[in-house]
Amino acid sequence: MGSISLQHVQKSFGEVQIIPDISLDIKEGEFVVFVGPSGCGKSTLLRLIAGLEDTTSGTILLDGQDMTKAPPARRGLAMVFQSYALYPHMSVRDNIAFPLKMAKMSKEEIDKKVEYAARTLNLSSYLDRRPRALSGGQRQRVAIGRAIVREPKAFLFDEPLSNLDAALRVNMRLEITELHQQLKTTMIYVTHDQVEAMTMADRIVVLNAGNVEQFGSPLDLYKKPANRFVAGFIGSPKMNFVDGPEASKHNAHSIGVRPEHFVISRTASAGAWAGKVGVAEQLGSDTFLHVQVEGLGLMTIRTDGDQVFEHGDAVFLTPDATRIYRFDAAGNSL
Amino acid sequence: MARTVSVQTKAGYTILAWVIALLLFSPILWTILTAFKTEAEAIASRPTFFPETFTLENFGAVQERSDYIKHAINSIIVSVGSTLLGLVIGVPAAWAMAFAPTKRTKDVLMWMLSTKMMPAVGVLIPIYLIFRDLRLLDTVHGLTIIMTLINLPIIIWMLYTYFKEIPVDILEAARMDGAELYNEIVHVLVPMAVPGIASTLLLNVILAWNEAFWTITLTSGRAGTLTAFISSFSSPQGLFLAKLSAASLLAIAPILLMGWFSQKQLVRGLTFGAVK
Repeated sequence: MGSISLQHVQKSFGEVQIIPDISLDIKEGEFVVFVGPSGCGKSTLLRLIAGLEDTTSGTILLDGQDMTKAPPARRGLAMVFQSYALYPHMSVRDNIAFPLKMAKMSKEEIDKKVEYAARTLNLSSYLDRRPRALSGGQRQRVAIGRAIVREPKAFLFDEPLSNLDAALRVNMRLEITELHQQLKTTMIYVTHDQVEAMTMADRIVVLNAGNVEQFGSPLDLYKKPANRFVAGFIGSPKMNFVDGPEASKHNAHSIGVRPEHFVISRTASAGAWAGKVGVAEQLGSDTFLHVQVEGLGLMTIRTDGDQVFEHGDAVFLTPDATRIYRFDAAGNSL
Repeated sequence: MARTVSVQTKAGYTILAWVIALLLFSPILWTILTAFKTEAEAIASRPTFFPETFTLENFGAVQERSDYIKHAINSIIVSVGSTLLGLVIGVPAAWAMAFAPTKRTKDVLMWMLSTKMMPAVGVLIPIYLIFRDLRLLDTVHGLTIIMTLINLPIIIWMLYTYFKEIPVDILEAARMDGAELYNEIVHVLVPMAVPGIASTLLLNVILAWNEAFWTITLTSGRAGTLTAFISSFSSPQGLFLAKLSAASLLAIAPILLMGWFSQKQLVRGLTFGAVK
């Protein structure tokens, strides 16, 4: 239970086309992340699957059944919103119980399931509180609790961690991943944060302007990006791109080198790019150097934190020849 | 940001506020005082402020001449009934306009408001004829229907404004949780909009309670409300100023008390959404 298939799904708001044409197959039990810059249509795509927006054309199949026209209440999916969207007038217990009440379950059954969900999510001592008396992380847990009690075909997450602080975000990321391992239910997770995408996903859908740029496993996207957009979007810090004669040497319109794929030295060697350190960002474990390379522009280099470079240092960069990404004029990988 | 206001300015504002409040309250105060005067004192060429001879006989005379209780019950049925009926129609209408708007929603809202821009007398003849043909003249349910219709635009507008403040995410969450439209409105939207719905309810009870034009023209003895009751005392034969005041006091007392006890709710409702 829980396969989702989109066939030539299109969505326009009036004249504005948000999703030109998307086909996707999400397997049962998979954790799929939709990632892309803001306005790329990732949330719209999720809302189409949820049934909160109508498709302009195309078909949405859930477990092989055509659900394109079904209202959200009939699709058997659960959603966790960025704003948590808890019912402010209900206690935590009633919030979690709400979908079960809508499914007309008996009171004993509801109590049992709510207690179980609360135990799983460490919410047992907050069951009688109102949402406004909870912290952000606890609220998000309640929202997840409300989603899991009804044992949906799939979970839909719409940027659920964006409103949390950085430390809590890492924690909740882990909790959601563990939840997936435990429940083995299909999950679709929307985020603009490529770190979340890389760390959580079985497979990632990279979206740009309503089009799927690439659909594959995190390491696939990192190692074999389909095009310049994916190459630039996946990986942090971003890949460095070089056009012109330097790219022509590699028979490409442009080439890309990731910050971690450079050898950096203070002495000149054949074929090395000469530059000057602008800003050195020291993170402890790593240092990110922003190097102005003559004729090529600004490059970001990742070095280990023990190497000390300072503003104004002259450096020579040698890209790892086996890890140069080549792109044609249209931006596709060669 | 705190602004420093001098004591003189504060005192000035306080005095101004009291003067305005007293000015607005003075007709009601005068009515209350007159209700306890004798007829002779009420029309004396040199008016007295406090009743010289305090009397309750006006109230007795009023009840004797026309049945206060019957009119009061009619008022309650018409004002509460029309408000509840208005809510039953207004909540789904406001839901649709707030959460499923189309290109025409704004026009529909404007059009509904525009019906309030025409004086009621403009539709007196057609409404009267319709009421006559449907045998609704001088009936409580007929009056309830017309009161619902004239207040519906205000009910929908107020509810629409409150509903717009409710995050649509929460309603969408309810849909995802398996709630069909009815459950979404009854279990999620309405409980969240309780303050707004309460003030809509209060305001419309007050409006319907005080409505006089349709009440007086569409009813006679049977279905008359308290506004018809008051008007029956303002007859040209004889001067019944004290009795008229007593009748007015009896008519406005219930709604005045209700307004007094719910003023917090009313003020919150009327200023809701003005400041975020």
